[in-house]
Amino acid sequence: MTETMTTNGTSTGSRGSRVLGAATLLGLATLLLFAFGLTEPDVRLHPTTGGEIGQFDAVRLLYLHVPLAVLMYVAFVLCAVASAGYLIRRTPWFDTMARAAAEVGTVFCGLVLVTGSIWGRPVWNTWWEWGDVRLMTTLVLFLMFTGYLALRRATVDPRAAALRGAIVALVAVLDLPLVNRSVEWWENRTLHQKSTLEELKIQDLTLFTLMLGFLVFGLVLTWLLLHRFRVGWLEREDVQHGVAAAIAERRAAIDEGDVDAAVGEGT
Amino acid sequence: MVELNAVVALLGRFPALTGLDLRIEAGETVLLQGPNGAGKTTLLRLCAGLLAPQSGSVTVLGHDLTLGPERRAVRRRVGLLGHSTGLYEDLTVAENVRFWARAAGLDAEPSVERVVGALQRLGLDDGLLDLPVHRLSAGQRRRTSLAALVVRRPQLWLLDEPHAGLDQAGRNVVDTLIGDAVAAGGTVVVSSHELERVRSLSPRVVTLAGGTVHRDTGA
Amino acid sequence: MSRFLADARLVAAKDLRIEARSRVVLNQVAPFALLVLVLFGFALDADQRTLRTFAPGLFWVAVLLCALLAIQRSVSVEQADGALTGLRLSGMSPAALFVGKAAAVFVQLVVLEVLLTAGIIVLYGSQIEQPLLVAATGLLAAVAVACTGTLYGALASGLGVRETLLPILLLPVLAPVLIGATRAFDDALGNAAVDGWAWLGLLAVFAVVATAGGALAHGTLVEE
Repeated sequence: MTETMTTNGTSTGSRGSRVLGAATLLGLATLLLFAFGLTEPDVRLHPTTGGEIGQFDAVRLLYLHVPLAVLMYVAFVLCAVASAGYLIRRTPWFDTMARAAAEVGTVFCGLVLVTGSIWGRPVWNTWWEWGDVRLMTTLVLFLMFTGYLALRRATVDPRAAALRGAIVALVAVLDLPLVNRSVEWWENRTLHQKSTLEELKIQDLTLFTLMLGFLVFGLVLTWLLLHRFRVGWLEREDVQHGVAAAIAERRAAIDEGDVDAAVGEGT
Repeated sequence: MVELNAVVALLGRFPALTGLDLRIEAGETVLLQGPNGAGKTTLLRLCAGLLAPQSGSVTVLGHDLTLGPERRAVRRRVGLLGHSTGLYEDLTVAENVRFWARAAGLDAEPSVERVVGALQRLGLDDGLLDLPVHRLSAGQRRRTSLAALVVRRPQLWLLDEPHAGLDQAGRNVVDTLIGDAVAAGGTVVVSSHELERVRSLSPRVVTLAGGTVHRDTGA
Repeated sequence: MSRFLADARLVAAKDLRIEARSRVVLNQVAPFALLVLVLFGFALDADQRTLRTFAPGLFWVAVLLCALLAIQRSVSVEQADGALTGLRLSGMSPAALFVGKAAAVFVQLVVLEVLLTAGIIVLYGSQIEQPLLVAATGLLAAVAVACTGTLYGALASGLGVRETLLPILLLPVLAPVLIGATRAFDDALGNAAVDGWAWLGLLAVFAVVATAGGALAHGTLVEE
């Protein structure tokens, strides 16, 4: 990986990543324009009363929330795969990637919860809906990975941190279906937008904006992952240099006199 | 029996062993000395299979300790006496000795005679057998953990400052124990500041400093 | 295999013997369990009808809180004076170590559950309509919690922040156990018309995965 990285000094930027960053910003701007400007709010006519119903402007969060949710899962799956890879191969690449993916995934997860809550407020009339299966599962997922990050930060020995982190990440991801199933059974009703894409009029613009959302947040994810990975990699290299220097220093510092004094041999 | 080549061992980020070469034959008695922090404890723990080397090769009793399963296999076969006693406070002396012996894989539960014998050799009174460890003095606890070691009859003895915390009588007992182990043909590596006591066994003297072998009378 | 079982039995017996001598679970965690039930009473309502409605959930939250204490205790027994090093030196298989320690925690949890069951009957007026379901749920949940907890106890061990880290690591993962056991109890205590036995299926899956996965992961962990 070091060969393919074109980092210079202590910066994690490179020509490729700057281009990516610019594209991402541009994409974000475009997405926001479409989501909050060009698309229509969800207004439908009630079949019997003829009045206006629908999510109105709240639906605009759909363009953020759904892509964020999907890409959050991508990040966590990546973390799980990298963790498994570490357990099998024990190379630092896997560990650095796992940690980077977990961090970015947790950020996305937090955003999913926030956008979900804001979106839900006008539609469900509550900031939090316990009966919503996906929201509950996402919350538990968020808590599990917050724990993962806390564990990584608290473990000083890098090899132990990598090993423990890998196990926690895998257990969390394997536990997730069980959490999902149990929450689902627990509350059969769900206010979640299961049929969002069928219920709304999928005009070309709505679909396009949604797809744009996936693309843009995909770029955001890639950019964040790239940089976080590089930071992690540089940290690791820094530690290795430090160790090599410490070894040389220790050996150079051996003083005959001190050794003789310690073992009680005098002249 | 024990062979180390260019071994680097890390404790976190600190290089405890900075490229160490050492070779010990079966039946040798080795005194490990050196300033505090030179890496003596780390070396002993490495040979016991408790930590993995960062680089270099380590072979103990035929096991390649760069591999996880091999490290686990070697642990049973060596007797490491470290700084802590490794005893359970709430269990009695006898229960501790029996537990640790069985844990190390002695097939039949060591007979009471063997446990008592070990304790007696270490100068511990029979009456102490059924006392919970938390009621023992530091010196008595040390002897109890030594007894747990003796009962196992390891091929390789790794003793990290075995005299520490013991009174004169206790130290004499440790010397007898080391002498017995040597006489029985075991390989004994002792790290100690009690140089005069161990020197009487005419051991090979290996001096560590800065994480590597500084002087070696047997090299 | 017999070596494995012998080692596991040795470790479990050792942990239980230590508990018998020190009586930490009996003298400290058990009163804590009752205390939790009382606190819930204070916090919610003096009306037994309300408490009875919530009894299944309160019961299992109490169990989880007690489990945290029992697991912390299980881990700290080995921290005292290098016993953990001794266990590693013994060369016993880490999976056997895991099963042994988890088994000891399991026994302690079952004792606590029995105590708490008596607690909700007396304090909340709960009625056991399906004792078999109660027993099955209690046992399966205890296995699930003991195994998951022992693994996470090992994952958090050796860190200065273990006491605060263990709860946030362990409890989210146990969410399905909490949900499943509570619903099963809803049925068993006659609180709600749910199929408790169906929930047992979920608990059983969790218990099996926790045991197998825990032993495997523990092996990898201790091998370092």
